[in-house]
Amino acid sequence: MSTSHEVNSEAGTQGTPMTGAQSLIASLESAGVEVVFGIPGGAILPAYDPMMDSTKIRHILVRHEQGAGHAAEGYASATGRVGVCIATSGPGATNLVTPIADAYMDSVPMVAITGQVPSAAIGTDAFQEADIRGITMPITKHSFLITDPAEISQAIAQAFHLASTGRPGPVLVDISKDALQADTTFVWPDSIDLPGYNPRTRPHSKQIREAAKLILSSRQPVLYVGGGVIRGNASVSLRILAELTGIPVVTTLMARGAFPDSHTQHLGMPGMHGTVAAVGALQKADLLITLGARFDDRVTGKLSTFAPNAAVIHADIDPAEIGKNREADIPIVGDVGEVIPELIAAIKAEIELGNIGDYAGWWKELNRMRETYPLGYDLPTDGSLAPQYVIERLGKISGPESIYAAGVGQHQMWAAQFIGYEFPGTWLNSGGAGTMGYAVPAAMGAKVGCPDKTVWAIDGDGCFQMTNQELATCTINEIPIKVALINNSSLGMVRQWQTLFYNERYSNTDLQSHRFPDFVKLAEAYGAHGLQCDSADSVDSTIEKALSLNDAPVVIDFVVHRDAMVWPMVAAGTSNDEILYARSIAPDWGSDD
Amino acid sequence: MTRHTLSVLVQDQPGVLARVASLFSRRGFNIESLAVGQTEVPDISRMTIVVNVDRLPLEQVTKQLNKLINVLKIVELEADSSVQREIILVKVKADFDSRSHILETVQLFRAKVVDVAHDTITIEATGAHDKLQALLSMLEPFGIRELVQSGMVAMGRGSRSISDRNARSTEKTT
Repeated sequence: MSTSHEVNSEAGTQGTPMTGAQSLIASLESAGVEVVFGIPGGAILPAYDPMMDSTKIRHILVRHEQGAGHAAEGYASATGRVGVCIATSGPGATNLVTPIADAYMDSVPMVAITGQVPSAAIGTDAFQEADIRGITMPITKHSFLITDPAEISQAIAQAFHLASTGRPGPVLVDISKDALQADTTFVWPDSIDLPGYNPRTRPHSKQIREAAKLILSSRQPVLYVGGGVIRGNASVSLRILAELTGIPVVTTLMARGAFPDSHTQHLGMPGMHGTVAAVGALQKADLLITLGARFDDRVTGKLSTFAPNAAVIHADIDPAEIGKNREADIPIVGDVGEVIPELIAAIKAEIELGNIGDYAGWWKELNRMRETYPLGYDLPTDGSLAPQYVIERLGKISGPESIYAAGVGQHQMWAAQFIGYEFPGTWLNSGGAGTMGYAVPAAMGAKVGCPDKTVWAIDGDGCFQMTNQELATCTINEIPIKVALINNSSLGMVRQWQTLFYNERYSNTDLQSHRFPDFVKLAEAYGAHGLQCDSADSVDSTIEKALSLNDAPVVIDFVVHRDAMVWPMVAAGTSNDEILYARSIAPDWGSDD
Repeated sequence: MTRHTLSVLVQDQPGVLARVASLFSRRGFNIESLAVGQTEVPDISRMTIVVNVDRLPLEQVTKQLNKLINVLKIVELEADSSVQREIILVKVKADFDSRSHILETVQLFRAKVVDVAHDTITIEATGAHDKLQALLSMLEPFGIRELVQSGMVAMGRGSRSISDRNARSTEKTT
């Protein structure tokens, strides 16, 4: 094994003889990988030997493969680069299934590498064998099973190309142990040969011109902005488009940060827990300018009653999203990063011809909605801590330059509502899959990718207990994330539904986390700072204390009121028109219709 | 719902059939018939897939199919501008009295007897779906002992080949 370093020092050189494992590491280096998150095991073990010698790749040893996957997602979402996770065969690989599914739903560029049992043993139910390529077929953009060492470099090159181009997504490369051990010659392909993969990024100019005309002739348009604008790096041009036209903007859960929350044209987040103004704007719009969004059920509510009077312009890089849930009047297949600049040019040309949009009446109505129904919350009457207050203060004190990763549930919705996002890539969450346990490992991955930024995991006590073991990874690898634990001692969102829809029968949602575990001690056991806060008076000082501690991770146990609920709310399966501003309070939509 | 015939060119790689089949089931569509085989081009296989589905969901499944990396091209073949064939082998009970009636039916449908035993006749027939269904309904009264049907294969009429035809979703070819 002493020779491996010498061989590896040649890595990246075309035509160098080496093992499949060395070829894998050389391929990752050639793909520009700087960090991988993983755990070794029997089948992937050959790859870990040359990994030890790589001077370019930092391997972060996590405590659970799910942590590796979410860390890769957090890294990718914060930096825009491809995140990489690695695991062994069988259970190592199946533990990656949740983050892979998560990355698929949220279009996160990720490459997952798994070891597989030796090719002769495939299909024999060998020890730690699982058909991970088969298992992940419906949740990956593509998946490879490699048994020939000569194919490793090509598969890795293709995997990175697939993960990062077109609609981004996870790609799995499963490599049999014998392919890693066998000798081969390293050849990094100079071109990608994927005849069945030609994502169209450039929109049709005719569609663009028609869209521009429709935009200027509409009277009640809305820019319905989805996560594609963040993945497609189109925030800057989105702002130009919005300001050129003066059209109101809503940003979905996946698009928080794509457009500054402080901007006067921003109506906030639409959807199940969106603002009244954002939901109302969509419902009353005569035109939806849909950019990188997919008409998810959490945005549309009951589909047949969604935005009933609106024509739809739908721009997306994935043709299958167009017309999937809502028919598009003007479909535009293309990368929003190219679509929006072309739209801007086409609209400018129309304006020069004297075709100017007039949305004054529309704004009057929207401003009334916005002023009458701002986001807000009630303070608990018993003097206990309001979770919304904690999150609101956290956003104010830590500021818009920080990165916020959330788990899933009430705290996620409050973090989407009450923190002001100004920049893309500062809000990370599990939107499509709704994966509890995302926050801590995702924050870890984001902090690795953006070491100079303050990175918060805003987590619930339920979520936190699914993946908090990665605090050990953070401490040991000097990844000082900060965790704001919104501890309401419950599976809060489920409890909210039990309150509203199950006659306050709280079946199995009481986690008793006010008793166990002791989160401060737990944090300290992991070598992190543990702080606790249970009153509004000490919220600011506790957050400031946490911001001053950068030598290790920090966990703040915010003990909050358990009966707080997320409002506004569109109950599942109902129409957006039935949005409730607060319990039993429906907004007055106005009389003009 | 209506029957649609999709011709799908795929890279001949391990797992490609599973990808296509599981995509249909995941998106909630039933495949009525499926036939796979090699083409005139090495390493490219052709799948003929018959689905019973409305126009709009068909659009969606085609687009999803197009997203599979190993799928090269999808063409929908209309019944009136293509040749569509299935093959069946059917073993029919045949005694002294019924045998000549069965043979008459076989003649009528231009089918072929491929095996005879003392109490059965095995018939091979090719044709479009409806013709074969008609043949089977004629044979039914004699007593069908065993039946096996192939998936449908189809090819466009005229001199153009599938590679000259417009893909069902243009995104793949541009």
